[in-house]
Amino acid sequence: MSDDAAAAGEAASDAPTNDGQQFDRLPETPADREVQGRASRAEVLDWWAERFGIGEGVFEEYGFWEKGAGKIWVFNGEATDPSEVEAVGMTFLRTRQEHWKPTGRAVSRFGAHATKNVIELDPEQASRFAAGDDQDIPEWDGDWGYLIATHEVAGESVPIGVGLYLYDELRSVVPKGSRADLPVVE
Amino acid sequence: MNPLDRYESLVDDVDAFRAACDRSLPSVVRANGVAASPDRVREAFDESGVAYEPVDWHDGLFRLPDGNPGGNWPYVHGWTHGQEEVSVLPTLALDPRPGERVWDACAAPGSKTTQIADAMDDEGTVVANDNNLGRLSALRHNAERLGITNTIVTNQDARNFSTKPLAFDEFDRALVDAPCSCEGTCRKNPDVLDQWTLDHVHAVAGIQKGVLARAVQATRPGGTVVYSTCTFAPEENEAVLDHVLANEDCGLVAFDLPLDTDPGVTEWEGETYDESVTRAKRIYPHRNDTGGFFCAKLRVGGEGDGSDGEGVAA
Ligand SMILES: C[S@@+](CC[C@H](N)C(=O)[O-])C[C@H]1O[C@@H](n2cnc3c(N)ncnc32)[C@H](O)[C@@H]1O
Repeated sequence: MSDDAAAAGEAASDAPTNDGQQFDRLPETPADREVQGRASRAEVLDWWAERFGIGEGVFEEYGFWEKGAGKIWVFNGEATDPSEVEAVGMTFLRTRQEHWKPTGRAVSRFGAHATKNVIELDPEQASRFAAGDDQDIPEWDGDWGYLIATHEVAGESVPIGVGLYLYDELRSVVPKGSRADLPVVE
Repeated sequence: MNPLDRYESLVDDVDAFRAACDRSLPSVVRANGVAASPDRVREAFDESGVAYEPVDWHDGLFRLPDGNPGGNWPYVHGWTHGQEEVSVLPTLALDPRPGERVWDACAAPGSKTTQIADAMDDEGTVVANDNNLGRLSALRHNAERLGITNTIVTNQDARNFSTKPLAFDEFDRALVDAPCSCEGTCRKNPDVLDQWTLDHVHAVAGIQKGVLARAVQATRPGGTVVYSTCTFAPEENEAVLDHVLANEDCGLVAFDLPLDTDPGVTEWEGETYDESVTRAKRIYPHRNDTGGFFCAKLRVGGEGDGSDGEGVAA
């Protein structure tokens, strides 16, 4: 290693890094960023607005926190920054990867506000989705990538979870522990 | 020995008490207001042909005679949470409000934590603590499924809970839903009667005293602490209250619950307890066809007049 590289390495280790043991509040904007690679609040708000049309007003009261590389949590309460506790609110969004991925729980909690990249499933498709099955849905002519899958319950559209749409196929990304074998409700 | 024998002297109708304890309980779910109203849950059950019966003293509870509380869409959407009927009582007594700071000292797996968050409209801060990490992961799973966002989870021994990891050092309200010998759950899990020992009663009573004392200390003057168990044992109920009344600055307050209850007892096996423990409530299985339960409400900074100044609308 050249001296330059060693010096650069040292400088990098002086900079604040992400600590997987604690929750840190996201910086307001990219300009406020001190920890490399950490998403800012502004970017997170932009992402929900751009991807799903969920306006920033929906999240006005909520704070965003990172614990572990890229795992963002949403919290509606008072906490110290940083917080050394087991959980601060609920898991919300996976960042530090090319395509950010919302959690199924975040979509279930906030997805009703979405105006785009929402795929409405019929009763049979909805049951298959909840069971964790992938399915061909060639008639979707919207974006590829992460979609909010919904179905109708007693006259209203309700988010079920996150699907990944690629090549005419909707992949259910419902985590194993949350998969359910449900009767088809016509 | 069957521990229920010990309590025959406390109940008015021994045969009805024993008969109720022998009957099993139906599955019950609570509607999660953070995600859906009781009406929406009813509509969704109707649409998908899930049989349910109302519970006359609580609009948000549904008995599911066919069982399988997790096998339907309302559950998958986090609109319902499986919770025994009597288990909703402590939160009614606690009566938390949106924006408050609330400590759930023995919180896992989170049935009451999530009900508290719901009662607060998911606003304010709930600190859900338990000393058992495995049970906390069940709590986190439940809180996420129900879409709760106002809860911090901590893993401490509640007896010497430190508020250092928190943004404040006093709570408005605290719930101590204590570990106990659980005879009250015998209608769901008859094994608890076989596993019962007097040694365990005495050991767990020590923990209960420690946790309740800490909850009183961690709550602001004028704040509320609720103590609950699912045991009939006075050693774990009135004796714990008596101990904390004598050692901490607090008093028991009268309060209402929406079902038939019996007052706390002031004498047990040669011991006598402070007269005010009669303000605590015993819930016997034969009264309302439920599990067994115990619930007391305390005011911190004991100089109250013994009435519940807040006027709990149950
Ligand atoms: C009756 S259960 C709580 C049920 C919970 N409140 C609910 O509604 O889902 C009692 C809990 O107390 C916890 N516990 C026992 N001793 C404790 C201690 N010293 N500090 C904190 N929690 C404790 C147990 O791990 C257990 O989860």
